[in-house]
Amino acid sequence: MSTDRVHVFGVRHHGPGSARALVRALDELKPDVILVEGPPEADGLVALAADERLEPPVALLAYPTNAAKGEHARTASFWPFAVFSPEWQALRWAVAHDVPLRFCDLPAGHRFAARAAEPAGPLDGTGRVDPAAAVTPDGGGAGTGQEPVAAPAGPDAGTEAVVPAASGDAVPGDATPDSAEDELRIDPIAGLAQAAGYDDPERWWEDVIEHRRDVPPFAAVAEAMAAVRETAPAITEDLVREAYMRQVLRAALKEGHQRIAVVCGAWHVPALAGELPPAKDDAALLKGLPSVPATVTWVPWTHGRLASWSGYGAGVTAPGWYHHLFTAEDSPVERWLVGVAGVLRDEDLPVSSAHVIESVRLADTLAVLRGRPLPGLAEVTEATRAVLCEGDDTRLELVQRRVVVGERLGAVPPDAPAVPLARDLDATARRLKLAQQALVSDHDLDLRKPTDLDRSRLLHRLRLLGVGWGTPVQRKSGKGTFWESWQLQWHPEYAVDLIAASAYGTTVARAATAKVVETSADADLATLTGLLESCLLAQLPGAQPAVLRTLSDRAALDTDVAQLMAAVPALARSLRYGDVRGTSTDALAEVLTGLVTRIRLGLPGALTGLDDDAARAMREHLDATHEALNLLADRLPLRAEWLDTLARLVDRADLPGLLAGRLLRLLRDAGTLDADAAELRLSRALTVGVPPVTAAGYVEGFLSGGGLLLVHDEALLTLTDRWLAGLAPDVFTAVLPLLRRTFAAFAAPERRAVGEQVRRLGTGGSRTTSDVDELGELDPARVARVLPTLELLLAAGRGAR
Amino acid sequence: MTATIDATPTVLRPHAEQLYAAELEQLAAADDLPRPPGWRMSPQAVVTYLLGDGKEISAKYIGPRRLMEVAVATLATDRALLLLGVPGTAKTWVSEHLAAAISGDSTLLVQGTAGTPEEAMRYGWNYARLLAEGPTAGAVVASPVMRAMRTGAIARIEELTRVPSDVQDTLLTILSEKTLPVPELGEEVQAVKGFNVIATANDRDRGVNELSSALRRRFNTVVLPVPGTVEEEVEIVAQRVASLGRALELPEVPDAISEIRRVVTVFRELREGLTADGRTKLKSPSGTLSTAEAISVMTSGMALASHFGDGTVRAADVAAGIRGAVVRDTVSDAVVWREYLETVARERDGWKDFYRAAREAE
Repeated sequence: MSTDRVHVFGVRHHGPGSARALVRALDELKPDVILVEGPPEADGLVALAADERLEPPVALLAYPTNAAKGEHARTASFWPFAVFSPEWQALRWAVAHDVPLRFCDLPAGHRFAARAAEPAGPLDGTGRVDPAAAVTPDGGGAGTGQEPVAAPAGPDAGTEAVVPAASGDAVPGDATPDSAEDELRIDPIAGLAQAAGYDDPERWWEDVIEHRRDVPPFAAVAEAMAAVRETAPAITEDLVREAYMRQVLRAALKEGHQRIAVVCGAWHVPALAGELPPAKDDAALLKGLPSVPATVTWVPWTHGRLASWSGYGAGVTAPGWYHHLFTAEDSPVERWLVGVAGVLRDEDLPVSSAHVIESVRLADTLAVLRGRPLPGLAEVTEATRAVLCEGDDTRLELVQRRVVVGERLGAVPPDAPAVPLARDLDATARRLKLAQQALVSDHDLDLRKPTDLDRSRLLHRLRLLGVGWGTPVQRKSGKGTFWESWQLQWHPEYAVDLIAASAYGTTVARAATAKVVETSADADLATLTGLLESCLLAQLPGAQPAVLRTLSDRAALDTDVAQLMAAVPALARSLRYGDVRGTSTDALAEVLTGLVTRIRLGLPGALTGLDDDAARAMREHLDATHEALNLLADRLPLRAEWLDTLARLVDRADLPGLLAGRLLRLLRDAGTLDADAAELRLSRALTVGVPPVTAAGYVEGFLSGGGLLLVHDEALLTLTDRWLAGLAPDVFTAVLPLLRRTFAAFAAPERRAVGEQVRRLGTGGSRTTSDVDELGELDPARVARVLPTLELLLAAGRGAR
Repeated sequence: MTATIDATPTVLRPHAEQLYAAELEQLAAADDLPRPPGWRMSPQAVVTYLLGDGKEISAKYIGPRRLMEVAVATLATDRALLLLGVPGTAKTWVSEHLAAAISGDSTLLVQGTAGTPEEAMRYGWNYARLLAEGPTAGAVVASPVMRAMRTGAIARIEELTRVPSDVQDTLLTILSEKTLPVPELGEEVQAVKGFNVIATANDRDRGVNELSSALRRRFNTVVLPVPGTVEEEVEIVAQRVASLGRALELPEVPDAISEIRRVVTVFRELREGLTADGRTKLKSPSGTLSTAEAISVMTSGMALASHFGDGTVRAADVAAGIRGAVVRDTVSDAVVWREYLETVARERDGWKDFYRAAREAE
């Protein structure tokens, strides 16, 4: 008698045909309660489906309410819905007809508790989902991911997707279920498809269910599933879930509902349809299940995440296609190919209406050839490839990404429950007019404008929190301290990262501050300077003192001068550009002064006993520090002391040639040593008393980073030239690589200029000879054509005279 | 037309419709599906003819089924078919068999070269008659394309991108209006149903005479890939070598499959620049190292073995052939080849004989 009141609709999660059939069936049945496979904690969120601003694709996100810091991301679960998901249509139907809707799957709290009991959790250290450890790996794999059927070894997770942390280096959705494990699973749909003579189960389901617009498929599906489940082994996880579903169903029956619609994966139909087994068995099965409190909310989702090719085992391969199948009123193939043509035209690829006509014809013919009722995705893709893309796979790839998957991002109304941090982010982003889009967008920020400055700060803060919404990129054109370029792309997993980060604070600024302070406590010097720079960029004045304090502590203890020097450039940059961002930099100046003092004291000891590589690294540090202090010359009186230190070092005999030469160059450029003093030292280094290899190092250190000096200072050039010419053949061979490295780094015009100068040295320094030669090669007729323009240019001067 | 090679024993290379007459006849007889006008059999049967049914019908093309389906469906929609691919990916082979299966005639062929004249696409004149009679229908020399239009058959154009652009564009009217005007006579030849064009073009030198976009859009494009797996390629080579050997009346060579596998492995590894186990990166030589070249290496190896050896194809018989295929540019390719020998062939189990033979062939 209860069976007349219960109507079980076995669907395929994310199946447009199922969704369409379900809506029709619901219209006909007019149920007084609907039960949907999903976490019961979300019952309170059903009403939000009435809100037009809740726009699929969205997902129910469940996370343990009281998880420790950093635990959220590992345990959060998603139940994604697209507009073509039968569950979503059931939700919409329920709110539109004011019919109560309840989720009837096992509560998420039970899953979290069970998962917490696992020693390793679903994620191992590398961010991979370990299918053996995951309690609810997504069923199927092999393209049938969210099939109504469960994979026997991995219970049907229904619509649930276990998502790895998006923070850190892990690429979102990088989880790949173990293929060997997948192969062990039996795919019942595949069995049915094979029985029907199809090699591709996905296609069979499409032909039989999704492309049918006439007969509701539910009875047939239920029958088929019953047959499949008779032979498939039972899994505890499934049994528990179905026991819970039956309990919810019994409760609904008891309440006296007359027409109960149950919407669940087709796999579960045999367990729910027909006469229910005695309640006490189910109660026993569910008794004593561990549970933790769980919080559920709506988060935006993307088609890309629904598609299995972004890395989930679950999902549908072509959400864009399904979306189209569900939303297109008529002529789906024609509309689809017109849409594809539009995308190609947007990319300036010439596609005419004739192309579209021919591609439709080809798709139709292919379908006939293959004996299919309608062209499916395979046929339209072939037609797209052969006609619209002219056989070009790169274009097809574009179509795949933009249309077949589509970058549709859902939206959630602002009043959906959310952690305060996420709310703060939403409010700030809205204020700053930054849209959370799934497509990559580029932003050039002018930091002189308050809004742009705030945007930059927000993005920097989010980066500190591990939410990589914005990625700083090199500006393509124009460089300036006032400009900053970002690439923005919103991934739905950031919702999880925000929840994880919410443990740090309730606003983005506060959370970022707390996070930085925590990170700085045990960071090394290089990380600290990086953090400090981030503090300035993100304007976190609260975090700065703590970081500075740790930094100065570390600097005091650190004996490695190279490390100290490595910290200088970032500090100097922060100090220099702090003004642009309106950050106070007094404390920073203090730390930098202390740092430079330590470097000056440590430098004499740090420059000796270095091998080639170490000397090279030290040269980089010297250059960087020197440049940084030059940059700050008008702000901090450090430069004079620095040059003083260098001057005292330059004559030391025990320095590697490279460094000695470099010091000489720095001092010469800074004007501390005049031309004569520099020439004297160079000539001293390039005499027979110095081993040629050391001398060559000296030359490299002195000349690297620009050869103009040689062009303009004939004395230096003569010195170098004479030294080179005087080298013995075998010695010359030995130093040649060093010299080559030095001179190869010069710009080509510089090299030419040096070469010309050397030629002049050889010919007694007469410039005129060569100039006359060059003039002799000129074509008088062509020169004559330039002359009028030259005259024009010079006219002003002549007029004045 | 009973069957196969015996029917025309003196011909060096029989046409597909002669060689496979029995198969074509059998398919046509058993075919009860609707046939497009002018077709000898239904599209489904054509696909079966190309891919084989695993029983009586041999596979002519070994590769993705969907490609052949798209090709046949294209011809069924009266769009012209453009087969693209690097040299040796069976473009010509496929077009010949498509024409044989659809029209029963694969001989309406225009070979595209840099010197292909307009007459080859449209029509020429018998000048003796032209002078004697003036422009009359009898003085017209029809091109293969014109004959195909008259009879409703498939015309084949090989290496379309080698044909000069102005000659290419004479196809425009033929493909869009399906008519060929003969202004000298004030007449036109209207294509009979069943007429279509299959063109092949080489991916590598696509730039020679790139098709104009007007012409390009009258073609559906099918790109024929290099074989996907070693097994596929071994099968292709083995099958073609066997049939070529029969046609050239080479003595039967017992079990050359191990050498075929070796040749295919060498070609694939060099082509992809990676060893089969994916561990070692290799330099790729300048040549394409297509399957067709592997076939010719094997055929000449078999000829060597049967005429000068003991009848079994050994490493020495193929080594020189492989070297010849790999080393196109004497300087850079020779380095590639020697590197391959020393780093890959030398270490590989069971390749000692090959290594030694290849070293001797240097």
